[in-house]
Amino acid sequence: MSTTTLPPTEKTQPVAAPRGTISDRSRAERKLGWLLAGPAFVVMLLVTAYPILQALWYSLFNYRLTDPENRSFRGLGNYAVILSDGLWWQALLVTLFITVVTVVVELVLGFALALVMAKALSSIRPVVRAAILIPYAVITVVSAFAWAFAFRIETGFVNSWFAWLPGITADTDWFGGQWTSLLVICLAEIWKTTPFISLLILAGLAQVPDVLQEAAKVDGATWWQRMWRVTIPNMKAAIMVALLFRTLDAFRIFDSIYIMTAGANGTESVSFLAYRQTIARVEIGLGSAVSVLLFLSVVLIAFIFIKGFRIDLAQARGEG
Amino acid sequence: MSQREKTWWIVGGILIVLYALFPIAWIVSLSFKASADIANQSFLPTSVTWENYATILTGSASGLFLPALRNSFGICLIATFISCVLSMFAAYAIARLDFPGKRLILSTALGVAIFPVISIVTPLFNLWRQVGLYDTWPGLIIPYLSLTLPISIWTMSAFFREIPWEMEQAAQVDGATTWQAFRKVIVPLAAPGVFTTAIIAFFIAWNDFAYGISLTSTEASRPVPAALGLFSGASQFEDPTGAIAAAAVVVTIPVVVLVLLFQRRIVAGLTNGAVKG
Repeated sequence: MSTTTLPPTEKTQPVAAPRGTISDRSRAERKLGWLLAGPAFVVMLLVTAYPILQALWYSLFNYRLTDPENRSFRGLGNYAVILSDGLWWQALLVTLFITVVTVVVELVLGFALALVMAKALSSIRPVVRAAILIPYAVITVVSAFAWAFAFRIETGFVNSWFAWLPGITADTDWFGGQWTSLLVICLAEIWKTTPFISLLILAGLAQVPDVLQEAAKVDGATWWQRMWRVTIPNMKAAIMVALLFRTLDAFRIFDSIYIMTAGANGTESVSFLAYRQTIARVEIGLGSAVSVLLFLSVVLIAFIFIKGFRIDLAQARGEG
Repeated sequence: MSQREKTWWIVGGILIVLYALFPIAWIVSLSFKASADIANQSFLPTSVTWENYATILTGSASGLFLPALRNSFGICLIATFISCVLSMFAAYAIARLDFPGKRLILSTALGVAIFPVISIVTPLFNLWRQVGLYDTWPGLIIPYLSLTLPISIWTMSAFFREIPWEMEQAAQVDGATTWQAFRKVIVPLAAPGVFTTAIIAFFIAWNDFAYGISLTSTEASRPVPAALGLFSGASQFEDPTGAIAAAAVVVTIPVVVLVLLFQRRIVAGLTNGAVKG
């Protein structure tokens, strides 16, 4: 399939001090650069690198907060316990399921929303834009409560509204089973995060050169052909960035599950498992090991995306 | 565009507005239901009551809710302020100065942005207990920086790259020092970008639940999302649904106001940082 893209153009670099003229000045600039950016850099490292190293260390111990006297070194024992336990694999599967379902639906829905926003008349555009920002800005916990209350038998309206559908009665307990619980969790996640994707896609759409569209139109390409061969190939970078961020975000799902099911009925995600081990059961050693595994999974996903799909994030962000 | 096509796009726009506002309308409607009305199986209350708002603002749940609201505002504003100041300097250096390590700083920000919060919570939970930061404001402000700093650095660098830097050079030609040029010329130009970044950082801090629920235990520092999570477990009132809905509406008001006032800037900030750069 042939695609139409413009040849890459030279990026204009930010005006840099003329090289090799005054080395004192460039050295001063280098120093000033680190002086200004250093504090932010150090804080970022302190709040993440330090805790994860600490977690790595704790994960090697049998360490229960309520029983600190019996803290003992057990090497990779915690990892063996977790990886041989069905709980971890169940949580991983649930997390992957939620990630794949939400990201795929969000991408398609987000694209549709972006197309409508791109075409929306300037008179209603501010209204649509403000509306779409609301799910993004609403607290995840609030969104989770709204969806949970809508579906719960005791508080909701969904059952009475959709009673005409086969299988739905006034007593349909959405949170009573795994699949229906996951469905509602996915719905809440999709509602909350599709706007973010659609805004990124909208920005990507705006970057597709009009000349290409016009040229394809003149050549008699249909709407679908223009979409698949001109628009999408030209905004691949924007789509990939949106996809990467949402996938990693979805994989870390915690808030909605905590609020809606608290992990009941096989809806526990990896993040929730780590939380439950550490905070609820104060098994610092085991919880830390789950945290490290969660971290490694996220790194792996990012690696697959960046290497596998060849996303140059820096380039996509105009750094190149 | 034909009239017919126009109509379809308008219908599409209306559908988007409905999509975005429907769950919000539902939680607002729920917050006006009396406790006997909660189970009425319908979207709207049979009669509107303010009793849920009374419960959270002056009644039995106010002891849980009001301190949480104060904590949320205080902690989020301080975390936003600190991360904006730090990233303002960092973004200036990244957008303007030529020094090795720029890429390293941006990649680190990216790495921190994708970091699973729960992986940080586990060790912090233990560490904060040992050093006495558990259940304190700084105990939340510090980890919140891991949420707000990366996006602030990215967004602000993107904004700063669009600033006409020749003006800074012009000021320097006129005899201003680098610092003076920065403070007198660049700061006013950069202010809109900084402001937008602050709003986005505030949203992210305001949204936090995982740190809030794990690193606090009392009204001393518990933020609103964590308090909402506890409403359901608390037995101080019989049916927490209406109270939760009312509290959810109250914490949604600030973000809705910010969205309505600054929607154009927020969209620019979100997409500049992520796509254009």
